[in-house]
Amino acid sequence: MSQPIVFKKRVSFVKPAYGFLVAALYFFLLAPLLIVFVISFSSNQYLSFPPDGFTLKWYQLLPQETTFIDGLQTSLITASISTVIVLFIGVPAALALDRYDFRSKALLSSFFLSPLLVPTIVLALGLVLILGPLGLTNTYVSIILGHIGITIPYVIRTTLMSLNTSDTSCEEAARVLGADGLTVFRRITLPIIAPGVLAGGVIAFIVSFDEAVISLFVAESGRPTLPVQVLRYVENSADGVVAALSVILILFSLVVVVIVERAMGLRKALR
Amino acid sequence: MSVDTQSFTAVEAAQHPAGRGPQEKRTASRNRVTYWALLVPGLLGLLVSFVFPLVYMIRMAFNEGEGNGIVRQTFTFSTIAKPLLDPYYWKVTYDTFAMGLTVAVLCVLVSYPIALFLVRTTSKWKGLLLALALAPLLTSAVVRTYGWMVILGYDGLINSTLVDAGLIARPLQLTNNMTGVIIGLVEIFMPYAILAMISGFGRVNSQLEEAASSLGASKARVFTRITLPLSLPGVVTAFLLVFVLSISTFITPRLLGGGVVQVLATEIYDQTTGLLNWPFAAALSVILLLLFGAIIFAYQGVIKKLGVN
Repeated sequence: MSQPIVFKKRVSFVKPAYGFLVAALYFFLLAPLLIVFVISFSSNQYLSFPPDGFTLKWYQLLPQETTFIDGLQTSLITASISTVIVLFIGVPAALALDRYDFRSKALLSSFFLSPLLVPTIVLALGLVLILGPLGLTNTYVSIILGHIGITIPYVIRTTLMSLNTSDTSCEEAARVLGADGLTVFRRITLPIIAPGVLAGGVIAFIVSFDEAVISLFVAESGRPTLPVQVLRYVENSADGVVAALSVILILFSLVVVVIVERAMGLRKALR
Repeated sequence: MSVDTQSFTAVEAAQHPAGRGPQEKRTASRNRVTYWALLVPGLLGLLVSFVFPLVYMIRMAFNEGEGNGIVRQTFTFSTIAKPLLDPYYWKVTYDTFAMGLTVAVLCVLVSYPIALFLVRTTSKWKGLLLALALAPLLTSAVVRTYGWMVILGYDGLINSTLVDAGLIARPLQLTNNMTGVIIGLVEIFMPYAILAMISGFGRVNSQLEEAASSLGASKARVFTRITLPLSLPGVVTAFLLVFVLSISTFITPRLLGGGVVQVLATEIYDQTTGLLNWPFAAALSVILLLLFGAIIFAYQGVIKKLGVN
């Protein structure tokens, strides 16, 4: 967003009433996260208000919840593998889409972004139908496969954005001086587009890590991921353990936000 | 990232089918083999993880199913016709549509002031405030829905506060019904709406507003005649985005609806994993896809009318 040059002091638009409205709406937006934070320290046995006292017992109980530990393991494995795969297939595709000219280019660009135009639940059903007969449901493979499709667009998008704004003169210079394609990519292009690749990778990881619907459909009984375990837990019981887990997950997301923000700006990366 | 991982980018993808900068490509048309070699792994990945499942799902909608995983391979329209002839599924589809519409309207209303504030503010905290508005996007929808269960539940924050204050005698029913689902969804989709509006507010111009005000327009008039029309493209985009996300969302209706709220997404899940009637689940999915496509089509028409993009 380019700010116009302001020569005199700008008239403040924020009247007190408007400021109050914005603050109230921010409060609404952040309410569920704040409440989860409070409840994770509440000594009440059930989800009730107000807390009678404060305790750390939910955090202490957390390592004993084997379903969450197993789910975390599954989520970390599947999210890591699908992120690596998506980077390996997405970055070259973005490179081809930006640095080369060919006829079907416009079509292919929209094709790579098209998974975002389809409801996840519809795709999840399709995956179950195709993986079931192959005996692949409830395996790591099913989750990873499902998450590749929905994360490719993010990697393509962030990488394309970096490629679009980068200067190609260094690449040409290297080529003129005799470097082959791979060397040019490794020594020149990749370092230049690294922020976009990093942001794409981080977003792909988070999308995969937080995704619940595809994982629920393809691997509910065999390899439940952490979000699926949390979903099940919340459906049946409601105590502070899941709040403690949520707080840890929120803090984890915050760290990621900071990384992405540092790398290329959160807003740019998300759009 | 939350919310069934569907992203804001959906609308961007609809807006710019092929985003390519005007930058000249001097290295272009170098080598056919190279660019196909670069493209093929990605294309294969997308084919296997996205195209095949989708095509297979659509084909499945033309088979006949009896539940319990029994599928008769045939080509018939009777499975697709079944939900269209059953008043129950008309109600489910209507509820889905009404829920999407309500959530989209409310979400746009509560997101607009924040988006406008973020576009205009010159505060040094702008970056932080922006990050704060978008941070919930990076939290699982399951976690945020759980937060709403705590707030809206029978012994939750709102009910216990109101009962303790003596304002109501008995707790209000705020979960396990559509009210709870709508409240939860409005909040969950706010970051998407804010993001969409900020991107669409490019033409909002404080100098125009100042000019109008110095020529004697009242604050209300400046808003209705200048600010609102200029911000309309962002509003329309945000509305569409929240609408399509709402009609396909599963987690929140499932958890906050408590089995009482039946929308297309929860029906698809029940038919798939509970009744194992795959052709019927596929038929419902096709209906959802058609609804999705119709909305995006209508959106492109509106955006063209507004004369942007």
